[in-house]
Amino acid sequence: MCVPMGACRMLRKAFSIGVLFSVAAFGQQARIGKPAGEDKIKAMDITVFPDGRGLPAGSGTAAKGKDIFKEKCAVCHNDQAQGREGQYPALVGGKGTINTPKPVKTVGSYWPYATTVFDYIRRAMPYDQPGTLQADEIYSLVGFILNLNGIVGESDVLDKDTLPKVKMPNHEGFIPDARPDVKAKR
Amino acid sequence: MIGAPLSKLGNRSPHEKSARATPPPDNKTPATGSSRTPLQDSYGIITPSGLHFERHHSGVPDIDPANHELLIHGLVEQPLVYKLEDLKRFPSVSRIHFVECSGNGRSEYSGNLGADPATSHGLASCSEWTGVPVKLLLAEAKVKPEAKWVIAEGGDACRLTRSIPIAKLLDDALIVYGQNGEPIRPEQGYPMRLLLPGWEGNTNTKWLRRLNVADGPAMTAHETAYYTDLLPDGKARQFSFELEAKSVITRPAGGQKMPGGAGAYEITGLAWSGRGKIQRVEISVDDGKNWKDAELQQAGFTKAFTRFRMPWTWDGGTVSLQSRATDETGYMQPTGDQMLAARGRNYSYHNNQIKVWYVRADGSVSHVAQGV
Repeated sequence: MCVPMGACRMLRKAFSIGVLFSVAAFGQQARIGKPAGEDKIKAMDITVFPDGRGLPAGSGTAAKGKDIFKEKCAVCHNDQAQGREGQYPALVGGKGTINTPKPVKTVGSYWPYATTVFDYIRRAMPYDQPGTLQADEIYSLVGFILNLNGIVGESDVLDKDTLPKVKMPNHEGFIPDARPDVKAKR
Repeated sequence: MIGAPLSKLGNRSPHEKSARATPPPDNKTPATGSSRTPLQDSYGIITPSGLHFERHHSGVPDIDPANHELLIHGLVEQPLVYKLEDLKRFPSVSRIHFVECSGNGRSEYSGNLGADPATSHGLASCSEWTGVPVKLLLAEAKVKPEAKWVIAEGGDACRLTRSIPIAKLLDDALIVYGQNGEPIRPEQGYPMRLLLPGWEGNTNTKWLRRLNVADGPAMTAHETAYYTDLLPDGKARQFSFELEAKSVITRPAGGQKMPGGAGAYEITGLAWSGRGKIQRVEISVDDGKNWKDAELQQAGFTKAFTRFRMPWTWDGGTVSLQSRATDETGYMQPTGDQMLAARGRNYSYHNNQIKVWYVRADGSVSHVAQGV
């Protein structure tokens, strides 16, 4: 059989090391994922970063966004984006309320990045038909909402270069997590 | 009398009625919102999959795994896609972890106290999850050194997206496809979800479709407009991922009726911490003046429900019952007053204050002190 005994032990050791090694080395040796091509990535990647990476070509203005908002958004958010009480959030107002007992968090009063508005509309809105808006429409809707909040002008052109430069009123409003912050004593 | 015949799929006894607590039926966006686990009905530490809490931001998608792919791209040497069957080829791990919505207990900040364990603490559930460590997939894609964050995107209608520090994904994060011995339920992210043990529920991306490896966070709506913790001075804490130690007595608890008069009972409940194991749970039956250690049934699991128990003799009078958990970091649950003093009423998320129930002489158990 397995003679001499030393070699047998060595074989067993090598085998068990081999098994352990292949588990630990998953990723280096036995790749399971299939390569993803540029087309697939382009079709799926809808992330917009605060520096503007991910924003598509196209442009829009608040003036053009007015009718689009009325047609696609007002049914929930109301004509002037003031929301509907208790159901759909207001997108305007709340300025000066964030440090009061009744904060009203809106795009204008709370959101720190204009790029987030584009990203969120593109991925999630309209609520019942997400993913249906064209880039020009989204830029115009962002413009309309920002204009209602007094952040951009009615004819300011928003595109992949200008949108990341828009400074939101609550840009400095966020700080890192500081917990554990409540110290209970026994 | 001969009983019921064999069946392909079992069901619970028709005499059992336990159900998730759902919002009022007039909600105009029924696909958005939450339903709560009836913790008061649970035994042990595992939540039945059909009673796991739900928090959806645009409904439960119907996903055929044959058509579902997970894409890993961004700051990697080799972008890759995975089907469900691919994930099952990796060495699998099964771990018991809780998942909790960071909004669990939010109404306690406003003084609108939850009337029963489902209402006050039911946005938390605990399951055995089975899947593959995320680090194995990231190793296959070969993450570039400048990678710091990973943007995780769900396959629901709103493509719910959160930015996660890559260190968490290289630590104990899993992509899971199994829940309590069966495929994860659609409400929990079928066919695959991210599981970030101990981190707020919405970061545990359900219906996971994409991991975008990046040098910084994307600052998505759900990490800026929502799931940020507003302080009285107007500053908001952001990326507050960890869930702090928490406990709730599930019996006797609000909404229940003592099953008999004065005499022997058991006080039991659940404790958990996103920072590790539960080390200790203490119970007070005298308005928090004196505390006694409860027995921990299972202290071995990290970032999991821990069942606690204590025998108790009810004298038949009015009694307040409360529990406080301490985790392995030494952190102890604060009182509601301590929490309000530190955070104010607009914080909304991460409320882990001590929960008090009141047993009354008539045998009813309430969330409010008698006469209040």
